[in-house]
Amino acid sequence: MLRGRRGITGTAAVLTALALAATACTGAGEVGDNGAVDLDVSTGVTDDSVIIGSHQPQTGPAAPGYLPVSQGARAMFDHINAQGGIHGREIDYRVEDDGYDPATTIDVTRQLVMEDEIFAMLGGLGTPTHGGVIDFLNEEGVPDIFPSSGALAWNNPEEHPLTYGWQTDYTKEAKVQGQYITENFPDQDVGYLYQNDDIGEDSQAGLDQYLDEEVVAREHYESEVTDLSAQIAELERSGAEVVVCSCIPAFTALGMLEAASIDYDPQWVVASIGGDTQTLQALLSEFTEDTDAEDVPADAFLDGTIISTYMPRVEDDEDEWGQFFTAIYEEYGETETITNTHVFGMMQAVMFAEVLMANGEDLTRQSLIDTLESHEWNGPSNVPFASSDGDHGGHEGVFMVQYQEGGQIDVIQDPRVTDREGGEIEEVSVEPLSPEEMVFHD
Amino acid sequence: MTSSIAQSGERATTRTAAPEPRTSTKGWKALPLPVRHLALAALALTAVLGLLLATSDMNALRVATVGYTMLAIAGLQLLVGGSGQVSLGHGAFMMIGAYTMALLILHQPMLPLAVNLLVVVGVSVVAGLAVGAATARLHGPYLAGATLVLAVGLPGLTHRYHEVLGGSNGLTIRTAGAPPFLEGIVSTTAWQALVVWTTVVLALALLATISSGRLGRRMRTIRDDETAAAMSGVPVGRTKVVAFVVSAAAGGLAGGLQVYVLGTATPSTFTLALSLTLLAALVLGGIGSLWGALWAAIAMVHLELWASDLARALDLSRDAENNLPIVFFGIVLFLVIRFWPLGVHGALQSLRTRLRPTKTRTSTP
Repeated sequence: MLRGRRGITGTAAVLTALALAATACTGAGEVGDNGAVDLDVSTGVTDDSVIIGSHQPQTGPAAPGYLPVSQGARAMFDHINAQGGIHGREIDYRVEDDGYDPATTIDVTRQLVMEDEIFAMLGGLGTPTHGGVIDFLNEEGVPDIFPSSGALAWNNPEEHPLTYGWQTDYTKEAKVQGQYITENFPDQDVGYLYQNDDIGEDSQAGLDQYLDEEVVAREHYESEVTDLSAQIAELERSGAEVVVCSCIPAFTALGMLEAASIDYDPQWVVASIGGDTQTLQALLSEFTEDTDAEDVPADAFLDGTIISTYMPRVEDDEDEWGQFFTAIYEEYGETETITNTHVFGMMQAVMFAEVLMANGEDLTRQSLIDTLESHEWNGPSNVPFASSDGDHGGHEGVFMVQYQEGGQIDVIQDPRVTDREGGEIEEVSVEPLSPEEMVFHD
Repeated sequence: MTSSIAQSGERATTRTAAPEPRTSTKGWKALPLPVRHLALAALALTAVLGLLLATSDMNALRVATVGYTMLAIAGLQLLVGGSGQVSLGHGAFMMIGAYTMALLILHQPMLPLAVNLLVVVGVSVVAGLAVGAATARLHGPYLAGATLVLAVGLPGLTHRYHEVLGGSNGLTIRTAGAPPFLEGIVSTTAWQALVVWTTVVLALALLATISSGRLGRRMRTIRDDETAAAMSGVPVGRTKVVAFVVSAAAGGLAGGLQVYVLGTATPSTFTLALSLTLLAALVLGGIGSLWGALWAAIAMVHLELWASDLARALDLSRDAENNLPIVFFGIVLFLVIRFWPLGVHGALQSLRTRLRPTKTRTSTP
């Protein structure tokens, strides 16, 4: 018995000593500079194809909301390939399913980089998911183009020189929203409804620059808990006349339903991430199924909603790009109808193709980066776009639209751009080239 | 009676390590247990090293994943198979370890990894002590229920303390890669896999020593009959708490290693599903022996991959593809339990008995 006890203590001591010796004595969190990676390579590029990778939720709870992004991009690449590709090369678009689980994202991203040997990552989706692989991609020298998320983290050229943001970041968007509210709804009480992660945090940082005493309620939700009754009740109790929703579509729809059920009718101002009206309509009809509100058309909930956005919109009959995307999706798309979430993926595909086209035939990772940094953007959006040496911020601002019952979208404020700090908001817009004028395939 | 399962596990261990049993058994058996376990650990590490050198960098990540998953399951094996306490909250201890590690690396980047791992073990021990002491009087389903609360409730803390724990986006860290003198020889991932496996085999050697020592004997006595154990002078309450603490420490250490490899800790990783999967995988691998943990870990990491590949190859609908991995795991678990109640390890052992009937004493239970 005694021997057994001494045995354990002895083993423990030996093990500890071994463990200490085995793991080197430098700090575990002290990350040295790995030096520059070689970017003069054409990994994944052949004479007739370019391999592009992406991680997207194709299964799991996040898939219904975000599947359209990769469907849209694939439809656009199919169209481009059908036109002869780019400089004779077809785009081989490979999407790996990460189920919106950061651990899986790491696994599939390595698979894309090491086994598929992708040339670049395009539109990797999600803040927690993409956040886990951004270091890896930069260390491996894989261009990380247009992550599908509005986190501020993507625009950090010093630390992540190969990552280029795309979406208007949450703070810029919220600043324009805040200014819009003070100008158009002066002296009205404002309530915030936000997702309790970087979306909520970064959005408030922007809103609070313009709204202060008007804010009567700040209510948050967790994306795992699908009940907003307490939050909406509190917003109503506080008397908020304008509710700014920094939410993903499912929670925008839930919030609107919950408000309608207690006869609370504030002016909704919805951020672009939760403002895809077709998706909202589908969600609203799904949520009202088998309830008292079953007969109420989804349109009724959305009427008058103000949405900030930076993308062409498919609801707008006069928007050339919106109509172009609709036509392409009808021909190449997987599903029946196109939504603005499809447009998200399609626009990323067009802009990436545009850079490949502008790059010319000799394609290396370095030349892609050089082309990207010097490229003059003229659409598809009328919001200016930044991908220069010092600014990897992507879309620099938003314009405001209002949804009318019946499906009509009215532009109520032209694009305004700003920075993510305390800078001014300016009215700047670009005149986008038409789909026919834009050169993004052979 | 049941302790023969574990013993036969030990014997199996011995045999695989020493290929020429007739001649060397005597010398090998004469060595004290801890030395034998350390020798096995060294052997296992050499095997992993060989595997890492032979395969691609992609594989290194999976090898590392199998490593820390195995450690977590081995901790659970000691608790469930050893002391007969069922815990549905093992994932919560992994989460405690994971967040401890992430916070340490974020706020104390100059601490060496070994120190971090020791702190992680320390924190997990404290957590295990608290939970174990509170639940020591509970049996069977009541204990399972109490630990279930942990698995359900703990991820919520990350939202409550959003500033410190990062909410649903979790914490993202960067760790130092291979030491400078190895640069170019081993990749960062291979180095991480090596660090993980070094820690894992050392921890497993310790678990094996505990399991075959006095504490392990006491635990098995309690598992078989608590009253009889108490009457024979075994301190029931204390032993149960100690078993809980050891298991929590293994779980926490596994969580810490997971963060070290993945560089990110999010609440969505440590859901109730993780705790349940760990337990199901343990049953699949074989609840009676530490070897079961190895098969369990391999199954947990690779079954899902195979199932998703299968789903994709069959070109099923989205809903089917969503659920196929879970169904697949369920069917495999069901079949294994139906035909080999002692799991994969039990099946392998009975196979060995059948192949070498003369050399084996009564090793199958």
